[in-house]
Parts: sequence; structure tokens; C-alpha cells
Amino acid sequence: MKKTVFLGALAATGLMAGAAAAQTLEDVQSRGTLNCGVTTGLVGFAAPNANGEWEGFDVALCRAVAAAVLGDPTAVEFVPTTGKTRFTALASGEIDMLARNTTWTFSRDNDLKFEFTGINYYDGQGFMVPKGLGVTSAKDLDGATVCVQTGTTTELNLADFFRKNNISYEPVPIETNAEAQQQYLAGACDAYTTDASGLAATRATFEAPADHVILPEIISKEPLGPLVRHGDNEWGDIVRWTLNALIAAEELGVSSANVSDMASAAGDSPEINRLLGTEGNLGEMIGLESDWAVQAISAGGNYGELFEKNIGENTPIGLARGLNAQWTEGGLLYSPPFR
Amino acid sequence: MSDTHAESVAYVRETFVGEQPPPAQETGALIWLRKNLFSNWFYSILTLLALYVIYVLLSGFLPWLLGGVWDASSIRECREIAGEGAAGGCFAVLSERWNQLLFGFSYPSEAYWRPTLALVLLAVAAAPVLFPKVPRALLIVTLIYPFAAYYLIWGGTILISVMALLGVIVGYIVYSRLVDRGFALGFFAGVAAAIIVWQIGGFIAAAAPNVLALTEIPSRDMGGFMLNLILGVVCVSLSLPIGIVLALGRQSSLPIIKWICVVFIEFIRGVPLITLLFVANVVLAYFLPPGTNFDLILRVIIMITMFASAYIAEVIRGGLAALPRGQYEGAESLGLDYAQSMRLIILPQALKISIPGIVNVAVGLFKDTTLVSIISMFDLVGMIRGPILASQDWNGVYWELYGFAAFLFFIVCYGISQYSQWLERQLATDHR
Repeated sequence: MKKTVFLGALAATGLMAGAAAAQTLEDVQSRGTLNCGVTTGLVGFAAPNANGEWEGFDVALCRAVAAAVLGDPTAVEFVPTTGKTRFTALASGEIDMLARNTTWTFSRDNDLKFEFTGINYYDGQGFMVPKGLGVTSAKDLDGATVCVQTGTTTELNLADFFRKNNISYEPVPIETNAEAQQQYLAGACDAYTTDASGLAATRATFEAPADHVILPEIISKEPLGPLVRHGDNEWGDIVRWTLNALIAAEELGVSSANVSDMASAAGDSPEINRLLGTEGNLGEMIGLESDWAVQAISAGGNYGELFEKNIGENTPIGLARGLNAQWTEGGLLYSPPFR
Repeated sequence: MSDTHAESVAYVRETFVGEQPPPAQETGALIWLRKNLFSNWFYSILTLLALYVIYVLLSGFLPWLLGGVWDASSIRECREIAGEGAAGGCFAVLSERWNQLLFGFSYPSEAYWRPTLALVLLAVAAAPVLFPKVPRALLIVTLIYPFAAYYLIWGGTILISVMALLGVIVGYIVYSRLVDRGFALGFFAGVAAAIIVWQIGGFIAAAAPNVLALTEIPSRDMGGFMLNLILGVVCVSLSLPIGIVLALGRQSSLPIIKWICVVFIEFIRGVPLITLLFVANVVLAYFLPPGTNFDLILRVIIMITMFASAYIAEVIRGGLAALPRGQYEGAESLGLDYAQSMRLIILPQALKISIPGIVNVAVGLFKDTTLVSIISMFDLVGMIRGPILASQDWNGVYWELYGFAAFLFFIVCYGISQYSQWLERQLATDHR
């Protein structure tokens, strides 16, 4: 009996949260700030700098959404979440969106009742080896010792990959990334495997990063993207199309440097005109001002600029675009058309 | 000695010989060494081994500490300055981020003086409670301190703190007027009076938000070692009285009180602290209506206090159980009522026995405050694990940061333990 009452209360709260969630846009606008869930710190993706301002690739997406909705990229309340608290924070309505390098999976989308609104980074599990080993492909790793974090999907992917290729390996179980760095540098394992972006960030901390290579094979799919609650499709659309606007802007050659010029008057390209609101009424359709995309792009730049600034090849992390290049350049980024 | 035997003994010494220094071969550093360190071949080997271990540790540690780089903007620059294969640590992270480690990354830097002043005042306010020789007049500072500290750390108008203090004072006056007619009447009337004053005070403070106002700083901006200290100090000082009440309640002869206390203590002790923290952070968010934001620090303080008071209650119950039955009977035979016998006879002895246990809980609790980093609060460890190690500049600096954290915690915990030993010596009235 007690249990039923408890569950009933839980369901009622859930319903209330659901009812409230259907008007996230109004909530954000009346509050004047966007509550955006980020990590408590991940190199290149989200971390406060020495002045306490949040920076990073995921953070830039929060700022773009805030700029599109509120016209002010600084009107964001960053709510740091850990891997254990992120989903409850979103489900309970504490945050409006979660941009926290979260892998888009079937169960998270359906079972946890969230809606992934796109993919802002295509990650995947890779291998790092010392250059001196002379290995150029993960298939050459026959008989190698591999450092791998226990209890993660990483471990399962690793076993699958080696079995599929019919080669042997010896796992060296480790607990955290910090421990992995020490073990790998001490030579306890020949190779270290985790997500490719994590490998690059780890390599950047080495004394001699150039002595280590990340092998070309990517053995799992880890599409990372922003997500929102089920039940408020208008809000989901805003987050989705803000990300698409950043991607399309790079494809169309609109950057933070030229966006104000291009938006001042209608140009020759109808799609750019529609995107920047000088033609058509896309802003009205999505429930925002006509210059919403201009605001989002001038917040930090288009997708390519954000990538270069936070995790690209000129940063210590030095990630290549790879899968995250535009479809016109052999990558997977493909924004649906703005019309 | 009589003269009759004077001829039977050859010589009688009539004064004591003064103390003589030991012979030259038996003093000095060499003898001390031989006696203590090289008394036989086995100890000699152990001594040499120990010396070697100390040498190895210091030869690694001292160059790291003394040859460290204190001025650089990133780990790469540190390495450049230190040069190839240098052993020096990269302490530049401490000189760049010290303020984040101490105060968290979003506490406004122009307000750093406020928590610092609160810490200094804490020493003044704690002195009369901790040291019997400090003038009793300082107790008034102790009474005002919690309200002053809230005003300093969180800011806002001073009226909030003043009204809260006023409520406590009014409540106490009402209580002391009515307590003659019965404890329960006095107690509940006092609480009611305090609540009325707080309600009125709340309206007044809301109406005049700018009276002597400091910049308001929300709880989520608190962080760093300051957060550990806030949680530690508040929770220890709250859990001690609650623990005493629970321990007495558990021994009560009234079944309801007894069972409430037993269930509370056993439930809390059966649940890990981290679970309670998750409840505070995650589960409560489901039950509160969306939009209400029940202060996270407050939630965490409640949970840690509950946890610590259950443990302290058991420690004090141990002290109560250690007292001989005669102490209770003696108190009763003097005609003291329950409150008097507890206050004058039982508790002073029981608490004295419990000191080591209470200090143990306090030290453990203070270190447990770092667990809040798991529910995404940025205490000292949270700052290190999250923002600082995740910045592109400082990713990879482990020893220096964690060493700094260990150093800060060691200072506080060692201080607490030294104080408790001093207190035990002060109170040592039995013959041990």
C-alpha cells in the first residue's frame, strides 16, 4: 500500500514535470537564462578557465542556443553534471538541455525518454601506441598488451575487435584515465585504448606527444550530441536547428567574421538569405526572432570555427576533423537544407 | 648514630655526595647512537636500511619540491622552463589557480575577503568553547558568529542575519519565562515565538533588501577548500548536540522516543554517506515542484549532519554505558531531576570518555566532505578533478595538485587531533 502511494506520488511529479516541460522556450525566455548541463570538466569540451568562465566545444553549443533564443551568448547558467547525475538533472527539469559528450544510444533515447537533437561530435574508440613500436595499424597489434578501463563498453569493443580479426591481446585493466596515463608511460602496456578524443587529450599532456601515434582504426561508434527531454518538440527543434545552423553556416561559408556583413542585406545565395533571415520567415516558424541564426553564429562562430578553437589541430589536443568534416569533404556532417 | 659505636666503624659519611656527571665514555651523541641505533647487529642493519630509505625518498622529493617551476602558464611551458629531464614539479598550477582551489571558480574575486574574515572570526568564536582559559565574555561572539558568517559568506542584506538572531533571542526569552511552568510549554512557546519573529523578519528583510547589503552570492558559486570548511564546521557543530540528544533518547525509558532514536540511528548507520548525498542531490529534485530550488548546500548539510550525528550518538552512548550504575543512582539519591543529573553528573563524565571517539568522527567527517565532488559540487577535490585537470593548460599535473590538497587537509586534521589530546590531558582527573 505504502509503495503504491509512493509510486503514485512519483508518477504525479513526473506528470507535472512533463506538463511544465512543454513550455521550455517560454520558461527560458521569462527566466532570461538558459540552464545548460555540461560535464564537471573534460579537456577541450567543457572546463572553466582561470577566470571561472566556461570554455569548450560543448559549452560553445550552449552559448549558441542561448544566443539564438535570448540574443545573448553569456545568458547561460552552466550546471555541472557528472556521469551519474546528468540524466536525472535533465529529467527533473533542473536543466533545459544537456550538452555533455553523451553517446546517442537506443536505450537512452527510448528507455530514458530523452530526445537527442543531433550529433555534434562523431567519436569512436581508437588506439594509441608509442611511435617506437613501429605499428601503423591496429591489426598489427597481435600479442600486444593493451591498457583498457574496466567495466566500460570500451572493454567489450576491444574484445570484439580482436576476436573479429582473429588476433590475440593481453588486457591490462585500469580504473581511471589518470592511472592509464601513468601505466602507459611506464611501459606497462604497448597500447592504450579509449575514445579517440580522449586519446588525443591524453597525448597532449605527455612530455613528448610526437613520440606517440593514434592508429587510424576506429573500432566503435560513439556519436556524441546534445539532448533534451521527451515531450517538448518545439524546444527540441530549437536545439536541433541551432546545431544545424552552425553546421550549415560552415558549409555555406558563413563565419563569425562575415556574418554581420552577410546579414545586413540579402545576398545572391537564397539559402544563406533564408538562414540569416534576410529572406523568408524561418525564424517565425521556429518561434524565434528572424536573426536567430545570425546570433547563434556570431556567438562563437560556425561549426568549423568552434572545432578549430577548442579541439582542432592548432590546440594542444590537436584533433583532425576526420569524420567530423563536412559531407562535401568526406566527413559525416550533413545539415538538412534551410528552406 | 650514637657515639658508642664510633670506634666500631672506620668512616661514616655524614652528607650526600652530589650528583656526578656520567663518565666521559658514557655520554655524547656517539653513545646515544650506539645505545639506540646500533646496539646489536640486527638493529644496525635496520638503522642502515632506514637511512637508505629516507635518502631515497628525500633525493626524489626535495629536487621535486625545491626545483619546482612556480611561474608558467601551462604544463608545456613548465616543462620548457624546467628543461629536458628535470625533476622539478610544476607548481605554477598552484600559483595560477590558488584562488580556485581555495574558493571555487565562480566565487567573485573581489569578495575573497569575506570568507577569509569569516574564517578568522571562526577562530575568535571557537576559542571560548575550546579553551577554558579564554575570557567568558567572548561567548557573545560565539553566539553571534553563525549569523555573521552567513552574512559574510552569502551576502545579501544584514537584516536577514539580524532577524534570525532576533528570533533566537526572543525564543530564548519566552522559553526562560515559561520554563518554570513546565519544560514542554516553555520549549514549544519559545519555538513558536521564534518562528513568528522569523516570519515578520522575513517580510522586513524582503522589503528592505539594500540595508548594509553585501553582494549576494548563490550557494552554487561556493567551492574549493572553503566549501569543505563550511561543510565540516557546520556539520560537526550541529551533529554534536543532535548526537547527544539521540544518545540520551536511545537510553530513554519512554518507548516512543527510544524507538524513534533507535530507528533513526540504525537506518542512517546502515546507509553509506554517498547514498545520502545522491538522495540530497538527485532524488529530492524529483519530489520538489519544477522551478523550486531548495539550496543544494543546505540539502547536503542536512544529510551530512544526519549521518554524523548518528555516529556521534553511538560514540556518546558508549561513554554513557561506561559509567558505573552508581553514578546514576548517586545522582538520583541527591534528589536531582533528570535534566540536572544529566547536566551535572552523567554527561560531563560520559563526554570526557567519548572525546577520542568524537574527534575520530569529526576528522572522518571532515575528510568525507570531499565526497560531494561526486554529486558535481566543486569542493577542493572536485575543483582538481573537474575544472583544473580538464583545462588544456593543466591536464596532466597530478602530484602537485593532490599534494596541495593533502597538505591542506593534513593541517586541519592534525590540528584537530592535537587539540583533542591536549583536551584529554586537561580533563584527566582520574588516576591512570
